[in-house]
Amino acid sequence: MSGKSLVTATINGEEKQFLCEPRQSLLEVLRDVLYLTGTKEGCNDGNCGACSVIVDGVLLDACCMLAVEAEGSSVETIEGLATGDELHPLQRAFLEETGLQCGICTPGFLMSAKALLDKTPRPDEQQVRHWLAGNLCRCTGYDKLVRSVLKAVEA
Amino acid sequence: MSDTSPKNGFNVVGTSPIRPDGLDKVTGRAQFADDFHLPNMLHGKILRSPHAHARILSIDTSAAEALPGVRAVVTGADFPAVRHELLNQGTAGVLNIREMSENCMAKDKVLYDGHALAAVAADNPHDAELAVNLIKVEYELLPPVMNVRAAMADDAPVIHEDFHPGGFIAPTEKYLPNASRLQLGNGDPEQGFAEADLVLEREYTAETIHQGYIESHVTTVTWDSNDYVTVWTATQGQFALRDHLADIIQVPISNINVVPLEIGGGFGGKERLYIDPVAAFLSKKSQCPVKIAMRRDEVFRATGPSSGTYIKLKFGVKQDGTLTAAHLHMAYEAGAYAGGPLFLGVMSATSRYNIPNIHIDGFDVIVNKPTMRPYRAPGAPQALFAVEQMIDELACELGMDPIEFRMKNLMRSGDRLVPGFPLAPIDTEKMMETVKAHPHYQAPLEGANRGRGLAYSIWFNIGEISSARMQVNPDGSVTLATASPDLSGTRISLAMQAAETLGIDVEQVSPTVSDTQSIGFSLPSVGSRTTYSTGAVVCEVAQEILKQMCERAVLLWETDAGQVSVENGVFSNKAEPGQTITFNELAARMFETGGPISHHRTGHTQSFIPGTAAHLVDVEVDPETGKVDILRYTVFQDVGKAVHPDYVEGQMQGAAVQGIGMALNEEYFYDDEGRLKNASLLDYRLPTSLDVPMLETVVLESPNPAHPFGVRGCGEISIAPPPAAIANAIYDAVGVRLYSMPMAPRKVCAAVKAAEPAKAA
Repeated sequence: MSGKSLVTATINGEEKQFLCEPRQSLLEVLRDVLYLTGTKEGCNDGNCGACSVIVDGVLLDACCMLAVEAEGSSVETIEGLATGDELHPLQRAFLEETGLQCGICTPGFLMSAKALLDKTPRPDEQQVRHWLAGNLCRCTGYDKLVRSVLKAVEA
Repeated sequence: MSDTSPKNGFNVVGTSPIRPDGLDKVTGRAQFADDFHLPNMLHGKILRSPHAHARILSIDTSAAEALPGVRAVVTGADFPAVRHELLNQGTAGVLNIREMSENCMAKDKVLYDGHALAAVAADNPHDAELAVNLIKVEYELLPPVMNVRAAMADDAPVIHEDFHPGGFIAPTEKYLPNASRLQLGNGDPEQGFAEADLVLEREYTAETIHQGYIESHVTTVTWDSNDYVTVWTATQGQFALRDHLADIIQVPISNINVVPLEIGGGFGGKERLYIDPVAAFLSKKSQCPVKIAMRRDEVFRATGPSSGTYIKLKFGVKQDGTLTAAHLHMAYEAGAYAGGPLFLGVMSATSRYNIPNIHIDGFDVIVNKPTMRPYRAPGAPQALFAVEQMIDELACELGMDPIEFRMKNLMRSGDRLVPGFPLAPIDTEKMMETVKAHPHYQAPLEGANRGRGLAYSIWFNIGEISSARMQVNPDGSVTLATASPDLSGTRISLAMQAAETLGIDVEQVSPTVSDTQSIGFSLPSVGSRTTYSTGAVVCEVAQEILKQMCERAVLLWETDAGQVSVENGVFSNKAEPGQTITFNELAARMFETGGPISHHRTGHTQSFIPGTAAHLVDVEVDPETGKVDILRYTVFQDVGKAVHPDYVEGQMQGAAVQGIGMALNEEYFYDDEGRLKNASLLDYRLPTSLDVPMLETVVLESPNPAHPFGVRGCGEISIAPPPAAIANAIYDAVGVRLYSMPMAPRKVCAAVKAAEPAKAA
């Protein structure tokens, strides 16, 4: 294997430098190099959305991006969603509306929903369902999950 | 969100507080199995068979061992012969430990695409993967047997030279080279059919499906120099895992500690071990901790799934709608080894209607697919897909309303179930009346290609063994430990039951899930049993805590035993009116009244607690494409008592959507060689948020006498009715019956096209 590259990127507003191999995905580096394990792996092939992160304002699956491609980028993960002790309205709504059961897909849904609200601050139910269709949840049947996002919109 | 005000004399039960583990789950701090790291930890990868059925002639691991960074390689040769092949599990049936071991690592034969046959531990997962691909295996290919009818055919290739029929809960008898049999019945079906005015015979099939949890299987194991083995993993049952692992790796049970981490979904598929013994032997060889994380395709190819079925029904009915006789031929895939969910399918097939003359002929059939594991109400969706369609078809033929028809034959408490015992107390009539009176049932449904369907289910919730430990702390807080992994919010439902019994705020109770060295034995979190069975034990422990605290108040007040009573967390002295002390005040004085207050209990609760559910669905069928859209969906369910109504609704909705996925899309596609062709979440096609509408829930509460608050359990049943309800709605919409599940667009389209000439004629 070739050697490691030094990558500089902004992670949740803070500049970080890390070493990674060219074959390592952003997901692997977030989890196993930076120990930001809030971003989850569900499939490692872009099908489930559990590893949703926002890179330079664009929602993507961290498993489908190589970590070396993050050079110079700004990466937002679940660990940066709250502001200190102040939860993001989406996080509060997921707790209050029981928008999660097992919780493995939750960080991905939260980041995906944040990306939606960043672009479309007042989506209707159909827009929420359409946007979140790239994230899989096996527990909730989506009802309370979609309601949580809609409640965060009201907040 | 539900009304959070207390009701019916409860202070905590029936409200919907925020769960204590929620904050870490919305901030990314919760520790799931793959988030766990140890210093010096290696990564394991597994070589899996690409063949569905083959003899292993040789395995050459030399190239893998020579790769830099590789620290250990294991094959079936490293797995010792098991000490005792069969493990009697009492009411849970008989487990075959040898087969369980060979399912984790094949020895002589591979029995399905994805069967493990070697593993590597290396410094990182990439090197482990490279090394696995350097292992050379020679196979002698054998013909695969890929469905129940092929496996039961006269000339079927034999998968096991011999097998123990075993059986999940109920024993079966060996019947054919690949199948064992379970027969149940009452009365005289022949005479019953002779009395019938109408007899229908139909065949139904269902494809293999997967539980589809979003978290893959992940484990980290250390085997230390004293032969102590520690496992950190996501499991539905840490004690089952411990006991099975001990038998497979052959260390004393007491040497093993299984630490359950947060679990990202299970639905029945995470109560059995797969990778833990592999990681254990890799750790023993490498003398390092070893983590194995399955890839998604491995999850599909080698874990789960749940049975494909072939069911043939013959039902007889009188003109007035009275069922007179039924014959059910029910064949369930067992997968590579005997012991699939047959009994529960048989048990749930008709156990909601009184059929005086009935014969059920059940078959547990070995095929070259992964070993079938329970999936939420195991066996019931397939059984109901057949029986609830038959019921609808009979009602249609007789021109009867589907609820009237069901009422005519409705099983009530005390009526005898097919296996012989009576139906435990539950109000089945109220369920039917509630559906009938509901606005969804009453609302007209207009528009072309739209239809409405109903299905009704009784499911039996498990009780059995649970453990709980409670400790009162000097600050008035209470530590609650159980052995029941929390799949979906059961820590809060258990903490609520503790708080209700103790008469304190739920925020004062800290619920945790313990490892196997810190608490007594418990059955896994399966069978809708955690809030019911573990909850009942938690209430017993809380009662004992209150008793101990009353004794402390007796000491404090120097009064007689029996003079102190407690209500809503306030202790009072009957001998001295007005003398009271709160729970928190008394807790603060525990060290001057005798020391710490704690209690541990391993308790037992009654099994086969019935729950009922009825699902009502409106669909629209696109006759051009065969796509079925869900327009409106209502889940009616009797849960006994909804401890946390929001999470109860979540169980009802989540189960219903799994059932909808099973009904319309989900299936395993195998090619002719027995290779799984859709081992990814995209191609397996779970429902997405765009596939379903909001799901209305109607919670009924007819109390369960076996639980102090009347809880029945609620997790499983609502996966069972959707396929039949949707099939009945499709018939109502376009006039065709779908006898094959999933009712994927290609099948609906073909059925509509096939019916067109008949309609035109």
